[in-house]
Amino acid sequence: MRGNRKLSMALLYTFLILVSLPIVVAYLWLFASSFSSKLIFGIVPRELTLRNWRFLWSEVKLGLTAFESIWPVTLNSIILAGSITILEVVVSLLAGFALSRMDFPGRNLIMKTTIILHAFPGVALLIALFYVLNFFQLLDSIMGVVLVKVALELPMATWMIKGFYDEIPWELEWAAYIDGCSKFQLWYKIILPQLKPGISAVSIFAFLSGWSEFIYSYTFLFNSEHYTLAVFLKNLIGDFRFLDYGLLAAAGLFYLLPVIVFFLISQKSLMRINFGGIKG
Amino acid sequence: MQYYMQERSLAVSSAKEAAEIYTKKHNSFFAALPFIGPFLILVILFYLIPVILTIAMSFTGMDFTLEWKFKGLANYLKLLGDKNARLVAINTIKYVVITLIINVGFGFVLAVTTAYFIKRENMGLLFQTIWMLPRMTPAVIYALLWLWFLDPTEYGMLNALLGNLFGAPPRDWILTSPMPVVIIANGLIGASLGMVVFSAAIKSIPEAYFHAASVDGATDWDIIRYVVIPFLRWPIMFMTIWQTLSLVTSYEYILLITDGGPLNKSEVWALYSYHKAFGSYEFGYGAAISVVLVAIAVIIALIMLKVFGYDALMNRGKTKV
Repeated sequence: MRGNRKLSMALLYTFLILVSLPIVVAYLWLFASSFSSKLIFGIVPRELTLRNWRFLWSEVKLGLTAFESIWPVTLNSIILAGSITILEVVVSLLAGFALSRMDFPGRNLIMKTTIILHAFPGVALLIALFYVLNFFQLLDSIMGVVLVKVALELPMATWMIKGFYDEIPWELEWAAYIDGCSKFQLWYKIILPQLKPGISAVSIFAFLSGWSEFIYSYTFLFNSEHYTLAVFLKNLIGDFRFLDYGLLAAAGLFYLLPVIVFFLISQKSLMRINFGGIKG
Repeated sequence: MQYYMQERSLAVSSAKEAAEIYTKKHNSFFAALPFIGPFLILVILFYLIPVILTIAMSFTGMDFTLEWKFKGLANYLKLLGDKNARLVAINTIKYVVITLIINVGFGFVLAVTTAYFIKRENMGLLFQTIWMLPRMTPAVIYALLWLWFLDPTEYGMLNALLGNLFGAPPRDWILTSPMPVVIIANGLIGASLGMVVFSAAIKSIPEAYFHAASVDGATDWDIIRYVVIPFLRWPIMFMTIWQTLSLVTSYEYILLITDGGPLNKSEVWALYSYHKAFGSYEFGYGAAISVVLVAIAVIIALIMLKVFGYDALMNRGKTKV
């Protein structure tokens, strides 16, 4: 019985290692490839070089066309992800409070409509969003992408925050009311400090999804001045795919770095939140 | 006046009542507006109105000039006769069904192995972390990894591996089997979601059930069959419906890896709409294709409300499955 158990555990580990290995190999390749000019068996580095990272200090050239420098592009990505995070956190904190704590007419209607909208992924609305952005003259502007992205993520973020509000005991509020707090003071002084885990969860989620954002930037931004890292890398892949994987790997790794850092810091809470994300 | 009110209610009854009176007084829609207002503006402008606009646009021949040229049902009639659309519809069904099986089935296998069989928590977490990596990775990088893995020369991992092991000549996998590529690439991402959700559910099963079962002489297989699966019925059902919706409507990875090609072989419905709108600038026609997605999404959302109940869905934020 015991030997049997050991054998089946060994089989189990073998299975898990076999299915997980391709993922590990793929990320190792990204790393190895970015620092070498030659790989054997597709993965083992031979000649070490920093040339693949040349986009950090010089222009990348292909024939006569030169790619824009990566630094303004990176700045754009930071602005995009940062604005999404701030706006999404502030708006969902306000709305979550109203939905969790206030009993106003229309509350139920708002909740029900949002739950149906929440099931409704924004990528299917791209054409209409194009029209709306054009109407507000927000096409080809990072702020346009920010507004779209925040609006589409708000239902989920607000629900997450509402869940955190729901767990704060009412007694705190009773006490505050008796002391003559206004609604706004109550929210700002009493409740927000209790919400730290919720705020950090929503911020991490919003930042990562803003940083990774591709499809809206790709569709709504035309001028290379407004490109984000995702669009930049997509164009780079288009041109260098069969020519220079080393360059692509280095640029990819550069773009991936903040995600890995965030992931390692906040792994536990991410595992919980990801449940709500819309990804296939 | 306000102070007076409060003091009076305090005098007559409990703090709770005082708070309730105060709350009622301030619970008009206008009191809530400063809090809910920004949310409403954003969601209405960039979510609700686009849904309505998509439907309205589907009755027009709108192109990149963005003028409303109403032409009734013409787009829908065109869609019925569109041979490509038929191919795309069949692709979509194949893609959704097979990917769904991977998402839920393999997600379940990963959850059971990492959260039930492996008793050392760190080990289980290590494997789960590896599987979460692709999910956290920005779509463009994830696609890059696939493009390298399947590269048509011996530089690609798959070709290098098959070449060294079996001496097989390099193949252009994306060209010869685009659909399996797209399915596996999406399945990998979806399986990790299944894994996280099901693992959480397995961890929440009271230990006593497992003890009782092993005292009764149940094998691991029996435990999975008669303890784990019954407990996971709801999460599994939820995942199935939820993932169906995501799969029908999302196309980012397909756009990045095969772009629907070659010859529409891996084109799916949502991507078809995208290509019509932003490839050939047929906004009206693209909207008509999207309306089908709008309908599917609303139906699935209503099914979810019906099956899981309003309250259960409302509490989803806490993700305690």
